[in-house]
Amino acid sequence: MASTISKPAPDRSPVTGTATQKRKRKPFLLDIYSTAVGKKYVMAITGIIGIGFVLVHMIGNLKMYLGPAEFDHYAEFLRELLVPILPRTVTLWLLRLTLIGAILLHIHAAYSLTILNRKARPVKYQSERDYVAANFASRTMRWSGIIVLLFIIWHLLDLTAGTLNGSGFVRGHAYENVVNTLDRPAVAIFYIIANIALGIHLFHGVWSLFQSMGWSNPRFNKWRREAAIGIATLIVVGNVSFPIAVLANIVKVKS
Amino acid sequence: MEAIQNITLKVWRQDGPADGGRFENYNVPEISDEASFLEMLDVLNERLINEGKEAIVFDHDCREGICGTCSLMINGQAHGPARMTATCQLHMRKFASNDTIVVEPWRASAFPILKDLMVDRSAFDRIIEVGGFITAPTGGAPDANLIPIPKPVADAAMDAAECIGCGACVAACPNGAANLFTSAKIAHLNMLPQGQAERFARTEAMVEKMDEHFGSCTNHGECEAACPKGISLDFIALMNQDYRKSKFKNRKSLSRT
Repeated sequence: MASTISKPAPDRSPVTGTATQKRKRKPFLLDIYSTAVGKKYVMAITGIIGIGFVLVHMIGNLKMYLGPAEFDHYAEFLRELLVPILPRTVTLWLLRLTLIGAILLHIHAAYSLTILNRKARPVKYQSERDYVAANFASRTMRWSGIIVLLFIIWHLLDLTAGTLNGSGFVRGHAYENVVNTLDRPAVAIFYIIANIALGIHLFHGVWSLFQSMGWSNPRFNKWRREAAIGIATLIVVGNVSFPIAVLANIVKVKS
Repeated sequence: MEAIQNITLKVWRQDGPADGGRFENYNVPEISDEASFLEMLDVLNERLINEGKEAIVFDHDCREGICGTCSLMINGQAHGPARMTATCQLHMRKFASNDTIVVEPWRASAFPILKDLMVDRSAFDRIIEVGGFITAPTGGAPDANLIPIPKPVADAAMDAAECIGCGACVAACPNGAANLFTSAKIAHLNMLPQGQAERFARTEAMVEKMDEHFGSCTNHGECEAACPKGISLDFIALMNQDYRKSKFKNRKSLSRT
């Protein structure tokens, strides 16, 4: 009788010597993460955390249009989240650590999947490929991701640490700091480029996460692409409006 | 019938698995537009043999698009420019006179090239071996409709079972992933009542075996576009869903000790 699924056939692989890796049983979560499908769950979940963050971040920044008092008050509110249940800034730091953890996992999963994919086709096609379905966004995820990563590092040094903000950085004066940094055209252009890269990343990422998580249902499948376009557009339009508003002197420091 | 004139073929020639390989050019002065792509290669091979040269090696069998033996990357597309057809169903009328056609084998570490355009696809067998079947001895064919299966469910399972295992999905995938093949083989059993007993053990075993040989899915959708049977990306989502569930199942319900 044929072998059963629970007691697999004696391992004959690799007959053709094509196995690029051998599986070992690991503790539960690491076991899931050790497979490519598992890493895609991690990509999707950390991606959702990231999308949630950029949406809230963008909405929060819209306070810029209400003036310095509102904006600085909002910045202070973030430090006082859940006070007095938790001491001041504790919630903010927990959120920050979650985001840093998510981004590190997202990068590690992307990196190891890229290595796996390289191994899966060590010899490239020697003639030109003619792609039918893959789009610009899906083909450039690694590049748009790297641009966004570099931007995040710059952005943190600029407006959180203040080291790249120029001479005028004052902790707590969030509105002034933002206007001062975006008043430099080169910086404003970098912000715009990075946000367009983020939009391209999300155009594929938002659609892709439904597939990766196995969220597929004829009732909503046809809306997945629209959801991706909608979220990407919302975030790009919102975020790009800030450097433009500062350059156009719509948002400025009143002297 | 019309004839297509003066086709230039740029064909990958490789003497064996260890050889580096190179493109060689061949001229096909005239071929009927009713000829299939493989028949065109047959005609060329006849001529090469008559000239005392070695024929181009390529996989083929049924030549009616149901066996999954033929392959070929034609002008950068798996199974050529026509949608939902295997290379054997690709007609020369899809090309024009004086065209240059580039022909390459599937390329993936899991599909080593044996000679010229022929690759070894037995990595697929490794995936099937660990779960692409139903264990229970079934005896003779049961009476029709003994197990009630709603028509839409049977249709969906049949959509997955259409997979002929040609490997175009892997060949077309920029990452060399076999998710479309594996998901189709999982889905056509997981959707039917007969497949439920081993549903999650099957999914876990096949996904993890796939992982040893192939790349990972980044949801480009090239596989679906290249598939001669039009297998849907939805099956990949179903596989991802069942793999996730399999990991959270009580280990005993997977009949694992």
